[in-house]
Amino acid sequence: MTQPTAPAAPPDQAEIDAIIAAHAGLEGPLLPILHALQHAFGHVPQAAFDPLAEALRITKAELHGVISFYHDFREAPAGRQVLKICRAEACQAMGGAGLAEGVLRRLGLDWHGTTGDGAVTVEPVYCLGLCACAPAVMVDGRVHGRVDAARMDALLAEARA
Amino acid sequence: MIVWVPMDSAAKAVGADEVAAAVLAEAEARGVTLDLRRNGARGMVWLEPLVEVEIDGLRHGFGPMSVADVPALFDDLSAHPRALGAVDELDWMRRQTRLTFARCGVIEPLSLAQYQAHGGLTGLRRTLDMAPAEVVAEVTASGLRGRGGAGFPTGIKWQTVHDAPGSRKYIVCNADEGDSGTFADRMIMEGDPFSLIEGMAIAGLAAGATKGFVYLRSEYPDAIAVMEQAVRIARAEGVLGPDVLGSGRAFDMEIRVGAGAYVCGEETSLLNSLEGRRGVVRAKPPLPALAGLFGCPTVVNNVISLATVPVILERGAQHYADFGLGRSRGTVTLQIAGNVARGGLFETAFGISLGDVVETLAGGTASGRPVKAAQVGGPLGAYMPREKFDTPLGYEEFDAAGGLVGHAGIVVFDDSADMLAMARFAMEFCAVESCGKCTPCRIGAVRGVETIDRIAQGDGAAIPLLTDLCETMKDGSLCALGGFTPYPVMSALTHFPEDFARSREAAE
Ligand SMILES: Cc1cc2nc3c(=O)[nH]c(=O)nc-3n(C[C@H](O)[C@H](O)[C@H](O)COP(=O)(O)O)c2cc1C
Ligand code: SF4
Ligand code: FES
Repeated sequence: MTQPTAPAAPPDQAEIDAIIAAHAGLEGPLLPILHALQHAFGHVPQAAFDPLAEALRITKAELHGVISFYHDFREAPAGRQVLKICRAEACQAMGGAGLAEGVLRRLGLDWHGTTGDGAVTVEPVYCLGLCACAPAVMVDGRVHGRVDAARMDALLAEARA
Repeated sequence: MIVWVPMDSAAKAVGADEVAAAVLAEAEARGVTLDLRRNGARGMVWLEPLVEVEIDGLRHGFGPMSVADVPALFDDLSAHPRALGAVDELDWMRRQTRLTFARCGVIEPLSLAQYQAHGGLTGLRRTLDMAPAEVVAEVTASGLRGRGGAGFPTGIKWQTVHDAPGSRKYIVCNADEGDSGTFADRMIMEGDPFSLIEGMAIAGLAAGATKGFVYLRSEYPDAIAVMEQAVRIARAEGVLGPDVLGSGRAFDMEIRVGAGAYVCGEETSLLNSLEGRRGVVRAKPPLPALAGLFGCPTVVNNVISLATVPVILERGAQHYADFGLGRSRGTVTLQIAGNVARGGLFETAFGISLGDVVETLAGGTASGRPVKAAQVGGPLGAYMPREKFDTPLGYEEFDAAGGLVGHAGIVVFDDSADMLAMARFAMEFCAVESCGKCTPCRIGAVRGVETIDRIAQGDGAAIPLLTDLCETMKDGSLCALGGFTPYPVMSALTHFPEDFARSREAAE
């Protein structure tokens, strides 16, 4: 959904316009458009701001206010893979905090950071609905439960390959 | 050979897709004709991936399965190391009263034919023969209360929208399910999506709305995919659209994806988000029922509230109301999670005690250590110590015990849990997710983290400050994010004071 599916392509104005036009007729079109832009480009590209504000008749300040409100939307590309680690209570009860710390330490990152090779961005997430098979993580939209250190290593190796 | 492997995301998260692929490969290698079906989950998450082999209409369970366990499914089944016996006869299944989740895990989620063979669309057909006011009265009589957290009577909300002037009205399904320890909404959307669609159509016909939206969190890509497909199928089959089941009456709906903000589960914030705005909470009044989406009368209901409506219309209000305790009628869809031996979904009449859930159903902790606490009702719910485990599951009963049922998620912690750390997390979460409208929430939560850090460093004088801060947040917050964060914090402090009594030396 919100995960970039491909390395961010240079935003193409025609594609931006097409995405905006395809959703402009919806009731409350802004979030669907932002999701579609992020899906296509891996982030909401700067080049979309003017046409989007114009199409929806909102100011660029309003648009920026919306984008910045939501954790999902990013204005710059993420790593090639986004690893979301659940920080919420059920995962904590099963050692999720230690798992997350281990990953961040090993990659030398803070939350929201991206590895130097551009391979992986680590994001916190607050519950994936996998609380009965905790701890849980999501890698580019695919979910994993009962994740221990060994499983995490394998997922990271896969993500960086 | 008929083999069922769940497509529920909890099953996938522990390898169901790999197991399904191995089943296909093994059947091919052995030249066995295979009918592989993907069901939703039964709710026994500790047994996932839970494979079922259907023999003479009886489904035999095997789990938790790994790829290595697959070949033996094609040999003598009674000797299979993962054999559990007939799934319907398992204790976990037999002890439940499955009304909302009757079909979940049983049928293929996107088969409208199987849905109907198991009672689906009966409620909607009945609705089409009734006056809207009669439908509303039926839902009111069932005693159904909102399962999203606040427990407001669903029928009364529908009545308000039904009575409100205006021709443009909306049904909005709150599928933001942000609470830790909850996954009932996800399970039903992935495992029985037509029940939600049917419930929304009934709501639309009753309240006089022709358009519905499901606001579904982006953290649930599998549920989004299933719901989108289900809506397309329902439209193609005439369940949705301008002529619902040939009645000449209209109802259609769209799936909308959230964007990672917990506060957008609050209904007015959700409406702002649907309209394409920042998800800031709106002051009430006006009630969304009178001025909701785009200023129009709007029913906002949780997934489980809406998905429960079809069975109420199918079997009648009384059948539903006959279950329960006090003013909590019908069934509660418990989600048992965290550090438990047996986690999953368990639907039962209100009235079961918390201790029964934690000790008997969940079987204690996964770690084998003693249970320390259970957080009920998500991140804004209280930590219940063992002394309170005799509290029966019911809205009023939990309220009286200083807790809340909320969306009925129960997260269990063993004795290694540090309740000061959990209190700190509650404040941190509130700070991260605050919509920013009220100062006690936006700033208070940040102060809360700092204050707890002082306590952690052995500054006992900061404890009264924390208590005061919680009072301020309770009194001065517009919504339950700021207003209820004191529940987990104060319950941790009150019931586990030893975790807050750190000496300075120990902290250093
Ligand atoms: C911070 C916050 C988060 C909430 N999150 C949800 C949620 O994820 N799902 C939900 O159904 N209700 C949630 N609610 C409750 C909704 O505001 C609202 O009461 C509910 O959607 C009404 O539906 P119901 O009557 O069927 O429960 C939340 C409330 C607050 C204050
Ligand atoms: S309590 Fe917090 S989340 Fe709720 S309205 Fe106030 S600032 Fe927003
Ligand atoms: S708390 Fe981590 S998946 Fe729900």
